Amino acid sequence: MTITKKMDHTALTLFLEGRLDTTTSPQLEGELAASLDGVTQLTLDMEQLSYLSSAGLRVILSAQKRMNKQGRMVVRHVNETIMEVFEVTGFVDILTIES
Amino acid sequence: MIEKRFPAALDQLESVQMFVLEQLKGHTYSERTRAQLDVAVEEIFVNIARYAYPPDQPGWALIRCRVEEEPPRIIVQFVDRGVPFDPLAKKDADITLSAEERQIGGLGILMVKRSMDQVEYTYEDGQNVLTLTKNI
Repeated sequence: MTITKKMDHTALTLFLEGRLDTTTSPQLEGELAASLDGVTQLTLDMEQLSYLSSAGLRVILSAQKRMNKQGRMVVRHVNETIMEVFEVTGFVDILTIES
Repeated sequence: MIEKRFPAALDQLESVQMFVLEQLKGHTYSERTRAQLDVAVEEIFVNIARYAYPPDQPGWALIRCRVEEEPPRIIVQFVDRGVPFDPLAKKDADITLSAEERQIGGLGILMVKRSMDQVEYTYEDGQNVLTLTKNI
């Protein structure tokens, strides 16, 4: 997976590209742990994300919990495959998903 | 059935997924089916790799595949000799809770149940046998 970061004051956008699975989710977890201090707006851009399993959901959930405390989190550009994962697992009700 | 034995280790995940998808070569199936199958194989195999065997006694998982024509479907079987574990026995994860109350456990198997057409578990001759059936 490739993660591209864009920081604008306290707004952080992470562009996720590829597969967010058991093998790659520690990479996103590490990126978030290293970058979220002082961030009030986190955007996860999933336009180039092709695959998501429960390992990725775990990291997304913990990011959402953390951002609930220090600001807000938005998930955007979710494709059909990923959206189905969010629907089946009820994540549509937890996340703020923008097109 | 075509079968292949893999070490029950996380670094085998991609090989296992490729092995399963290879069996569908020459068949027509949707991108959605591919994604669902990929996720299901990951969730089941990762569970075996993480929990089936004690860390100091690494084991294996045997993956069996069969593609049927009428109706068109793929059957994927996971066999291991690890601790008996029925992933279907647990209650489904509660997906109505808020982010704060959410437990992450159980989401993988929930996705498997929802996306596959049939999921069966048996424990026989000291082996866990989990069988996924997916119409294609």
